[in-house]
Amino acid sequence: MSTLTGTRHLVRLILRRDRFLLPLWVLVLAVLPMTYAKSFFEFFPTEAERAAYATGTGRNPSIVALLGPLYGDSVGALTAQRAGFLLVIVALASLLTVVRHTRTEEEAGRRELLGGSVLGRHAGLTAALLVTYAADVLLGLLSAAGLVAAGLPAAGSYAYGLATALTGIVFATVGGLAAQLTETAGGARGTGIAVLGAAFALRMVGDTATHDWPSWLSPLGWAPRIRAYEGERWWVLALPVLVAALFAAAAYPLSVRRDLGAGLLPPRLGRPTAGSALAGPFGLAWRLHRGQILWWSVGFGLLGLILGGAAKAAGRSVAGNPQLEQIMAKIGGAAGLSDAYLGATLGLAGWAAAGYGIQAALRMRAEEAAGRAEPLLATETRRSAWLLSHVVFALLGPAVVLVVTGLATGLTYGISTHDLARELPRMAGAGLAQLPAAWVLAGVAVLLYGLAPRLAPVAWALLSVCVLLGQLGAVLELDQWLLDLSPFTHTPQVLRDSWSPTPLWLQTALALALTAIGLTTFHRRDIPTV
Amino acid sequence: METPIEVSGLVKTFGRTRALDGLDLAVRAGEVHGFLGPNGSGKSTTIRVLLGLLRADAGAVRLLGGDPWRDAVALHRRLAYVPGDVTLWPTLSGGEVIDLLGRMRGGLDPKRRAELLESFELDPRKKGRTYSKGNRQKVGLVAALASDVELLILDEPTSGLDPLMEEVFQHWVHRAKQDGRTVLLSSHILAEVEALCDRVTIIRNGRAVESGTLGELRHLHRTSIDAELAAPLDGLADLPGVHDLRVDGNRVRFDVDGAALDTALRRLTELGVRSLVSKPPTLEELFLRHYETAPAEVSA
Repeated sequence: MSTLTGTRHLVRLILRRDRFLLPLWVLVLAVLPMTYAKSFFEFFPTEAERAAYATGTGRNPSIVALLGPLYGDSVGALTAQRAGFLLVIVALASLLTVVRHTRTEEEAGRRELLGGSVLGRHAGLTAALLVTYAADVLLGLLSAAGLVAAGLPAAGSYAYGLATALTGIVFATVGGLAAQLTETAGGARGTGIAVLGAAFALRMVGDTATHDWPSWLSPLGWAPRIRAYEGERWWVLALPVLVAALFAAAAYPLSVRRDLGAGLLPPRLGRPTAGSALAGPFGLAWRLHRGQILWWSVGFGLLGLILGGAAKAAGRSVAGNPQLEQIMAKIGGAAGLSDAYLGATLGLAGWAAAGYGIQAALRMRAEEAAGRAEPLLATETRRSAWLLSHVVFALLGPAVVLVVTGLATGLTYGISTHDLARELPRMAGAGLAQLPAAWVLAGVAVLLYGLAPRLAPVAWALLSVCVLLGQLGAVLELDQWLLDLSPFTHTPQVLRDSWSPTPLWLQTALALALTAIGLTTFHRRDIPTV
Repeated sequence: METPIEVSGLVKTFGRTRALDGLDLAVRAGEVHGFLGPNGSGKSTTIRVLLGLLRADAGAVRLLGGDPWRDAVALHRRLAYVPGDVTLWPTLSGGEVIDLLGRMRGGLDPKRRAELLESFELDPRKKGRTYSKGNRQKVGLVAALASDVELLILDEPTSGLDPLMEEVFQHWVHRAKQDGRTVLLSSHILAEVEALCDRVTIIRNGRAVESGTLGELRHLHRTSIDAELAAPLDGLADLPGVHDLRVDGNRVRFDVDGAALDTALRRLTELGVRSLVSKPPTLEELFLRHYETAPAEVSA
């Protein structure tokens, strides 16, 4: 029997289990660059307009920090830069897909079940990598084809597509390696995301500094450096290929050396008795959720510090461009532009917070499916208490994350404008304003879980639709009623002078109503319902 | 004193599957009651109805004098439950889980907790994800047996335990009985039920097919004999209590009732025994014999 025996079966199994999720992220991430190109053609048809955009926005340090460097004034160059953040998403999706089909599988014991039948010891890792690599390559080719269709040169389009695919492949392999090093799926995800975060930070530092060598050390820095549409440097593609091969070469021996189910880093011993806080459902829920709250807060705090620090530059960058200055004067001058920028970035944090709420709510589904809810519900614990112990974290978690993001943003922005007393509470408030919309999505997840846990992951699909509406709505000029379907559309721009709090109250009421219905239906249904 | 568990005509369906089809079950106070049936016969479903996790479609269910669905929380204070497959939180230690479950049931006896840990040889400091199946089961058992409750509901609690630990388990169930607790012990292993239980209910295909004391179910007790003899066999077929006799040269196989075992063995030793294997019949064989349909056929 070869070490790869059964890979084909596992590939089929993965494709079957991911038949919705995989095509979804591949398609969405492949279509977005094309829409960017189209909007640049439409809104910046002349060279002069593009040059103005490049100076005013494209080369603005905060934009460069977020999206990556800009190498020219052509529509292609602007599109490639605008798509810079997609690299992070491609990397994240690839990483999570591999972890999901290696570590998560093993943890759930399914791999053991399959391992008993005819399966080589490398089959699991190979199948997960193959599927993800193929998805990344497909994503790259589709986005290249889309860019060509939008009217951009073929060479640059394929350079962009290949660079994106290879970025995904590097992080897929990082996921494969992390899955061998740690004991749990959560640990593997955490390790992978930490690597991704470090790569992003390195690129950000390199791209905004005088010398860009840190960006050359970051796998996220290579894709921009191929200079798509601006004199392609094809040799840069060798870097991700080499690094992916190195990571894979490290992951395979590790997967043989360790026992199934065990990581290489040995587990530590815990307490022999429970501390006084670990009593009742809320004490347990705190133990299960606290790590996540902490790490999300740290991550978003750091992001807030960076974004807040860049905000003043975003406002100042229009200086010297009379045309833009005129427009800016209308929306409140440089400060108005900074506020628009800050509002937009905190809006992004709102989506992330909704994601936090959903995953915290879906924790209940995992607990029930694993058989950990049953023994608890056979004690004095009420069903409502058990459900609420998790719901508390699905609602308070996003609140904590958003306040931390807002405060961190306010801190660096306030320092840069020498008005900390004003900006700190203002930005915390602007962060919190995103909360009710995030709660609506968390409420949907609770409702679906209470009704039928099988349906609960639909909440993720709804969040994707909301993000898509937010991202594409303006570009595709969708009808307002369609945009209004997303709760995020109704979040007021609280950094402007006048805004109405009514939508916030309505969103909150809706979220609470959804949660209450979820609680009622949960009281009536069988446990476990899987 | 009330009857801790009283079930009559219980029906539970999942979609088109009829998991419980008019089940009757009565457990008396202070007894260890065996709930015996092959896998998939409806034991766990019954227990989940008793715990108020599943809602009955029809029939009457009384648990400790209350309605398990409506009065779930009040009743749960008085019982402890161990599922057939104990799953733990990966990051919590075994000791933490034991204390957590104990606190949620209204308190543990710390002395008994320590004794249990020692006799089950369980290290409470290990994290949930590092325990083997048997050790996870021990965590559930220690938490339940150390709780001060009237009723223990154990759903195939010994799956994954080695024979030595199986003995420790039996010791603690005896102690629970001495302390006046009632135990409902579901199992698909006849020997375990015989060793522990005062009375037994046998379930097949969602229905109780027999219920009574072990003595009353003595007819279930047969031994399968597989022996090689020094000389060809004759004169066993007419012995009362011998069933399914098959002779193949000097080799002989048959099942024998408990009462006739002594006579049958004496006949074999007269001829000279070269090798002998005896084993209790499996539950599946019993079902095949007594209820004519194999459980596999029934559930298929």
